[in-house]
Amino acid sequence: MNTHIPPVDFGRRMLVLRRRRIAVRLQWRSVVVCAVLAVVIAGAAVLALMTGSYALGPGQVLAALTGRETGIVHDIVVEWRLPRVAAALMFGAALGVSGAVFQSLLRNPLADPGIVGFSQGSYTGALIVILVVNGSYAQLVGGALLGGMVTAVAVYVLAYRRGVQGFRLIIVGIGVSAMLGSLNTWLILKADLDQAMSAAAWGVGSLNGVSWNQVAIGGACIAGLLLLAGVLGRPMRQLELGDDAAASQGVRVSPARLGLILVGVALTATVTAASGPIAFISLVAPQIGRRLTRTAGITLAPAAFVGALLCLVSDYLAQHIAPTPLPVGIITVILGGGYLGYLLFTEARRRL
Amino acid sequence: MSATPPGTARLRVESATIGYDKRIISEHLSVAIPDESFTVVVGPNACGKSTLLRSLSRLRKPSAGQVVLDGADINSYKTKEVARRVGLLPQTSIAPDGITVADLVARGRYPHQGFIRQWTGDDEQAVLRAMRQTSVADLSGRLVDELSGGQRQRVWVAMALAQHTDIMLLDEPTTFLDITHQIELMELFTDLHHAGHTLVAVLHDLNHAARYGTHLIAMKDGAVVAEGSPDEVVTAELVEEVFGLRCLVVPDPVAGSPQVVPLGRERTPRRSADKVDVESARNG
Repeated sequence: MNTHIPPVDFGRRMLVLRRRRIAVRLQWRSVVVCAVLAVVIAGAAVLALMTGSYALGPGQVLAALTGRETGIVHDIVVEWRLPRVAAALMFGAALGVSGAVFQSLLRNPLADPGIVGFSQGSYTGALIVILVVNGSYAQLVGGALLGGMVTAVAVYVLAYRRGVQGFRLIIVGIGVSAMLGSLNTWLILKADLDQAMSAAAWGVGSLNGVSWNQVAIGGACIAGLLLLAGVLGRPMRQLELGDDAAASQGVRVSPARLGLILVGVALTATVTAASGPIAFISLVAPQIGRRLTRTAGITLAPAAFVGALLCLVSDYLAQHIAPTPLPVGIITVILGGGYLGYLLFTEARRRL
Repeated sequence: MSATPPGTARLRVESATIGYDKRIISEHLSVAIPDESFTVVVGPNACGKSTLLRSLSRLRKPSAGQVVLDGADINSYKTKEVARRVGLLPQTSIAPDGITVADLVARGRYPHQGFIRQWTGDDEQAVLRAMRQTSVADLSGRLVDELSGGQRQRVWVAMALAQHTDIMLLDEPTTFLDITHQIELMELFTDLHHAGHTLVAVLHDLNHAARYGTHLIAMKDGAVVAEGSPDEVVTAELVEEVFGLRCLVVPDPVAGSPQVVPLGRERTPRRSADKVDVESARNG
């Protein structure tokens, strides 16, 4: 680092890395928070791998993970429990980033893919694939993606009045979400009993019976999308200053915003296709991340870490607090519902 | 003052048609911004002055004609390349919650940065210089939400300065400020002009335009009515033609620039106007 330039006082401690063509500035606090979250996540993951009807010690889990254990312990950890833990982490991170993208774009903590109907739309698309087409997993993913995108377009068009204003889009989205909710119920009622049972259980958002196959496909999609989100994160930060400021600073506003919306919807839809809609993580994670790191505006990395941790912990609670394993969606609804009520209350007081 | 022949100015509009959807604001509009001038665009509300500024900054693409920057159509450049040459202080901007002054100013460096080159020594120096020029260096670590309106506007100017462009466009930069902060800001712009920036501002206050501008463009109904030095443009006839306001134009006792004094309804001066013959102005 050059020493002859007096460093800029950002009011916060900064970490500046400069080497060859790389020059990065990070907030110390964000780095520390993300590192701590990573450690906590690793601990929670080991705990989740230990717990179950066949209890294991941490040593056994680590041995199984590093390939030093074979037989039943290896099967339990790697074949049975690990896909579920991996799914919880990836899906949680995806939901956290998806929520962060929408909350940043619409500059509103209520802007959440679950609340404005995108996950309901993904669910509708997936339901149609299950109940009507009886399709494969790949088709299910396609259906969920398509459903989410169509819903996003519909909400956007309905909310459009010489440009889209954030709060109107959210209200329209809540309405569309309610309509899709009843459509989904109707679809399930029309189906025969077996299909309806599985569709309804899946509709709460559950990681029960997640297989390596789903984890691999979903994980590949999510990894690609998270990478894209990371690249779009810089234009996203500029867009928070207003469209005119962003454009005059060299952001191609329309393509950047479209790209962010597509990435956000695709992240939610991928998760929904694999596990059903897991509510509220996308709503809560970005805000918790922001408060922990005290960053300006919403940032993606803390949202991803918080989302992963929330999803993993919720799934752990869902599996182990009740006599029978519950869907993770029930736990997240319980955790997030109170927060949503608080948010609606404060937002309404601020705007009306 | 303007030595640049209109056809060679770095930034100019050539017979452009500009509008929103189907509503045309300006047709066959041609305007040249003299190099190294402090150009001020004046005119009544909805005369197309902000639209002109938006097309100069490429926020609005003309449906016919073109905006020329450094000899080429402004739309032929990459977006970041335009942003390295022309900066804009928009009418409304949003400061993200919890952002500090330096963080906001540093966002102006965006067109000079890449995905892995986000904070070089150049960036640091440009941010420091911009904060010093606008006297917000002492506020560096403060939250933008905590600042007064005048301080906040200076921070936005610093952000535009950090962008390090020769040409800066200012869209009604003083509108929401009290008079002290307005003057402070106008003097800051004069300093920037003397430091070599070409400035184009949209202003409502004719007296500020006349005092601080070096080149004035008066617009009405989407067309340019007059342009030139303040002395040429700010005359009683022109103010009446453009704004429909009857007025006196007297020399500003401090700066000597033309000053507009509205006549308003018939009234007798509270104090006898010994320097100016109001009666004869009204009649003639």
